Amino acid sequence: MAICLVLVAAGCGKNNNEGNSGSKENAGVSGEKVTVNFMHLWPEGVSAGQNKIVNQIIKAYQAEHPNVTIKQEVLDNEQYKNKLKVLSASNKLPDVGVTWAAGFLQPYVEGKLFTPVDDLLSGELNGKFVSGTTEAYAIDGKTYALPLEFNIAPVYYNKALFEKYNLEIPQTYEQLKAVAKTLSENGIAPIALGNKDRWTGSLWYMYLADRIAGQQTLSGAINGDGSFMDEGLLKAATEVQTLVDSNAFVKGFNGLSNEEAKSEFLNGKAAMYMMGTWELPNFTTNEDIPKEFRDSVGFFKFPTVEGGKGDINSWVGGPGVGLFVAENSAVKAEAKAFVEYFVTQWGEQAVTGAGVIPATKVDTSSMELPQLYIDLFNEMNQASSITLFADVQMQASAAETHLNMIQALFGKAATPEKFSEEHDKAVSEGK
Amino acid sequence: MDKVLSNKKIIALYVLPSLLLILAIVYIPIVLTAYYGLNEWNGIGAMTFVGLDNYLALFKDTTFWNSAWHSLLLAVFSGISLVLYLIVAMVLAARIKGANLFRKIYLIPMLLSSVAIAQLWLKIYHPTNGVLNSVLESLGFANPPAWLAESSLVLFALFIPILWQYAGFYILIYYAALKNIPASLEEAAKIDGANALQIAWKIKLPLVMEVIKVTIVLAVVGSLKYFDLIFVMTDGGPNGASEVMASYMYHEAFRAYDFGYGSAIGFFLLVICLAVTWVIRKLTASKDTIQYS
Repeated sequence: MAICLVLVAAGCGKNNNEGNSGSKENAGVSGEKVTVNFMHLWPEGVSAGQNKIVNQIIKAYQAEHPNVTIKQEVLDNEQYKNKLKVLSASNKLPDVGVTWAAGFLQPYVEGKLFTPVDDLLSGELNGKFVSGTTEAYAIDGKTYALPLEFNIAPVYYNKALFEKYNLEIPQTYEQLKAVAKTLSENGIAPIALGNKDRWTGSLWYMYLADRIAGQQTLSGAINGDGSFMDEGLLKAATEVQTLVDSNAFVKGFNGLSNEEAKSEFLNGKAAMYMMGTWELPNFTTNEDIPKEFRDSVGFFKFPTVEGGKGDINSWVGGPGVGLFVAENSAVKAEAKAFVEYFVTQWGEQAVTGAGVIPATKVDTSSMELPQLYIDLFNEMNQASSITLFADVQMQASAAETHLNMIQALFGKAATPEKFSEEHDKAVSEGK
Repeated sequence: MDKVLSNKKIIALYVLPSLLLILAIVYIPIVLTAYYGLNEWNGIGAMTFVGLDNYLALFKDTTFWNSAWHSLLLAVFSGISLVLYLIVAMVLAARIKGANLFRKIYLIPMLLSSVAIAQLWLKIYHPTNGVLNSVLESLGFANPPAWLAESSLVLFALFIPILWQYAGFYILIYYAALKNIPASLEEAAKIDGANALQIAWKIKLPLVMEVIKVTIVLAVVGSLKYFDLIFVMTDGGPNGASEVMASYMYHEAFRAYDFGYGSAIGFFLLVICLAVTWVIRKLTASKDTIQYS
């Protein structure tokens, strides 16, 4: 027993030395035995599909590079975020890890904890990414992580319910309101919205803002070049409250979580549900959900608003997670090589194996995919612009204000003017 | 043995391990929290010393004072509910039929984890499928409120499960204290012709006074730093209508990445709890404690 302990302790000690010395930087390509620590958030229980793919990729990589061992550390989403924070405070980040874009990334980049990966982008991966995806990970002209997923948010709807009440897919905002009115009169909740989580309501505001004020105005206001007091943006906020007044959203939406709202949609009690493409497996391949329901789910693009500046092919969305390489990793070269390999392998396997829409371009023609996927893939490729989720894009404190104000706006605790004022204040403070 | 225990060095040796642990786990973090509160820090990068800025900002922060008001309301309600618990405990301790069963029924909520309770009550309060609204609708109330989505109702809707959660705990404490009163006292009073109310008021109450004082402190301080059900059920929403001090601290530190400000809130919360405890002890202090004799 004592010997075991000594061995374990010695093992730890050795690893730590490797991790901290930094003397072997860029030396590993020569064939020396190296270990790359990889921390991710796809545990077997929760994300079985992703977990399997990760293991396959690692196995293949190790077979190709016998001198490299990839050591995994797997955590749940929330625990992952917390651990990353703790590790970065003591400067002991794993060599490769998972990160989110923009606002999440910023403090890590400012703390010089992630290393730029632009060299990878200009290498083998050049042109492989869907346009607009890597930009979300760029700060001051340098890219600090490579995206794995990309999502846009369509409005899913229940075809059976639409048929029952003779409803057509709304092409304009007025039609959307008419659809909502008919549904509501027949005792069906028109739109499932779990606004306890706040970012869910943010999607609705962002689309209205995009369609009324235009993409440029919206992103200008978010990054601080413009103002939320813009006439179009104020009108978008007003329209949110109009929708609330006309009972377009499910009852008690401000107290419901996204999961609860989703179950209203899944139970056929609500007819529409706006959510990211990460929900696609639930509407296509997930066996836990009745086939009858899955078959009756369709999607439509957020309709245009008469007189608005936005066009129907403009989307709200954003990259999910990406991979970073730690700045003070002792095995930077191997870590980068692994990230490059991982991203190339991930694309195709992720679509078929886990229902994830990858950030890299994938040829869908040769794949057996549910129609809903193919349609959304095509939509994504002909998108005129994609606005990043506001709460991802903004700095943490401004994002918090944005989310709180969204809930206040939907709950009619704030006027559109107050909503815009608070936003401008938060954005300018964060600059 | 007595000789060993009178040796100061030996005493120190025995006390040391737990003392070190408490220092490392409780007191040092408190000091550090107070110090972090003096800095601007996003939890990741370098800290910048800003002196008392965070604490001064705290005094002007209306959101904080709103959440403090909500915490205070909870404390008041838990304080008041203690009276109810005491009455229940007295009834149970009076050897009525089925007292044992009731004691267990009251205790069950305490055995459930907070998250399970939160999920349970989320189902009860669900605006359309919830038990509560279904019952109300079947009784003829058209359009019952969405309990957790209305700013004016949400706080009180949350108080109910919170109080329910701890009822068993206080009832158990009172029950034990009441059972400790020697039966001879009650018998003597009965012989002297005292009725049940008089026995409760004049004999039992004074004898469990010390326990009541402790429970008041527990209830009030526990309410001031309350977090779990609120975090799971409403996350402080809608629009901060159910935000309490602890959830506000969490949001500032872990959502807005303002660890400096979050720490300041945390430290201030500690100060408030200490002050309130001191005030309660002062107010309830009595010169002569009544003993069984």
